[in-house]
Amino acid sequence: MQTFDLEAQGLRNLNAALQSQTKDTNQTAWEIVNAKGSHAIAVGLDAPIEVTVKGSTGYYCGGMNKQATIRVKGSAGPGVAENMMSGTVIIDGDASQYAGATANGGTLVIKGNASSRCGISMKGVDIIVHGNVGHMSAFMGQSGNMVVCGDAGDALGDSIYEARLFVRGTVKSLGADCIEKEMRPEHIEILTDLLERGESDAKPEEFKRYGSARKLYNFDIDNAY
Amino acid sequence: MKDDSKGAPRTVPIQSATFSNPTNAEIRRAAATGIYDIRGGGSKRSLPHFNDLLFLGASISRYPLEGYREKCDTKVVLGTRFARKPIELDIPVTIAGMSFGALSGPAKEALGRGATMAGTSTTTGDGGMTEEERGHSSKLVYQYLPSRYGMNPDDLRRCDAIEIVVGQGAKPGGGGMLLGQKISDRVAQMRNLPKGIDQRSACRHPDWTGPDDLEIKILELREITAWEKPIYVKIGGARPYFDTTLAIKAGADVVVLDGMQGGTAATQDVFIENVGQPILACIGEAVRALQDMDMHREVQLIVSGGIRGGADTAKALALGADAVAIGTAALIALGDNDPRWEAEYNALGTTAGAYDDWHEGRDPAGITTQDPELMKRFDPVEGGRRLNNFLKVMTLEAQTIARACGKNHLHNLEPEDLVALTMEAAAMAKIPLAGTNWYPGKPGTSY
Repeated sequence: MQTFDLEAQGLRNLNAALQSQTKDTNQTAWEIVNAKGSHAIAVGLDAPIEVTVKGSTGYYCGGMNKQATIRVKGSAGPGVAENMMSGTVIIDGDASQYAGATANGGTLVIKGNASSRCGISMKGVDIIVHGNVGHMSAFMGQSGNMVVCGDAGDALGDSIYEARLFVRGTVKSLGADCIEKEMRPEHIEILTDLLERGESDAKPEEFKRYGSARKLYNFDIDNAY
Repeated sequence: MKDDSKGAPRTVPIQSATFSNPTNAEIRRAAATGIYDIRGGGSKRSLPHFNDLLFLGASISRYPLEGYREKCDTKVVLGTRFARKPIELDIPVTIAGMSFGALSGPAKEALGRGATMAGTSTTTGDGGMTEEERGHSSKLVYQYLPSRYGMNPDDLRRCDAIEIVVGQGAKPGGGGMLLGQKISDRVAQMRNLPKGIDQRSACRHPDWTGPDDLEIKILELREITAWEKPIYVKIGGARPYFDTTLAIKAGADVVVLDGMQGGTAATQDVFIENVGQPILACIGEAVRALQDMDMHREVQLIVSGGIRGGADTAKALALGADAVAIGTAALIALGDNDPRWEAEYNALGTTAGAYDDWHEGRDPAGITTQDPELMKRFDPVEGGRRLNNFLKVMTLEAQTIARACGKNHLHNLEPEDLVALTMEAAAMAKIPLAGTNWYPGKPGTSY
């Protein structure tokens, strides 16, 4: 286990050390102490290492992650795991706005609640939220899956493309072109896997599925408002 | 009674300046179709521009340099504020961001070839980084756009600078729309969307909401790229003083300022013609912001939006820019809107020089298209040669003017080398009206 004191050693040294790890590294476990809400912790990683952040983080923790597993033992600030490509980011507490924004791949697990715009412009990531998500979540979601074990706020999936949304609780309102869709066996199968990976004991049968009505796919003046 | 009206003088028909023929045609088109006009390019209306400024040249009070013989340097270094690896360009003319998707792969390759020969950089666009462009551009600026199409950390690390696009001159505040007919398999794959559907680019970044967030976003990008790459922030010419101030505060190494003559792949004509300000009105405000923050020349300023040649370049630099960027001019240099395709432009209902329906993907020149047959018409090697020639000419023209003003570096051009032909240009550019020491709004001067 490598322990890194962020307050004493500084952000640049932290990210340089983590970014220099390769797939063959034997320094596979890292613990970051004294995070104290710092921004841009563990960004741009590209190795199969495990990073544990003790305490809460500021903006963009785990940004553009590839391969690494990053666990925050606290809450995460805005933009956690933004544009993630692969790997896993797990937040034990809550996440602020735009968690998983534009992420292309990998898995983001939020054990608490997520704020507004969770999964905005998601492009292939799997996001599992144990609690609730705020308004405008999955706005313009292109692909990937979002699982909300609690409730969703206003305008869920506004202008959505091909992302799949699974919500167990209530949805305050659906955004433009987002509709409830049939939950077929293949969706139960997908959701079962997501819940398992997301360390959730929720039952797939309790969820509803939402996605695109595909009416905004090509410009039509009748859709303008 | 005798009729005297025959042969009597008649009032000559007068077209209304308000309801002109083009205006009436657009009303009829809108009435027939129920949809606004979408097109590419920049503003076509007549605007105060660099044409309205003149250089004074040297006589007795200033000492000129010998044309072609005495040195007039053209190098520019961008990103000297924070970046560990600033970009050094041989000439202060760069290629503006234009997306793969809007442009064909061979067109992107040609831009890389021409810019590299001329010793300058190219810029990606909405749609990500192509191998054609990376492979042929010795220096490549990677745009970080609201859509984040094709954005990944590997490409961030193999670029030479990062340009965070907040706005563009043709549509400050607006997003983009690449219509379905240009979404080939490759474009769809790069953008992570189904083939053949419209691809909307958001008008705002999804994961930040203001200048304080931008500052932290810049920190994240620097951390991902080990603080090596210069970070540009591109703004549309709307509120240049405040936007430049906030970009500097957020930590930009370079500010890119794009006026309303700057082009777009496709957006509403009403937007292109009615939102934003001409670049002439923007440069002075951006320079004032840089000076007020004591950052002029420490944070570099790149100016774009209707730059057409060496004179425009020299005038922009004299007003305080460090470099200029060209987009539309580069496409024309490659061969777009060339009269050799006139018959085909006619078949599309337009004419060479006026073709702007780039979103339809039927560009006869094979440049703004994804149609494989049309793309074959364009030779990227020849296109690169032509662009290099054009960039060389721009530079030589600017040097010629600078020497006449007694300057041994293009950056030594200054506002005192210029006068304005019109009061509008004098007021916007903050340059004296020709023959006077006065411009509107300057205290202590008189007509």
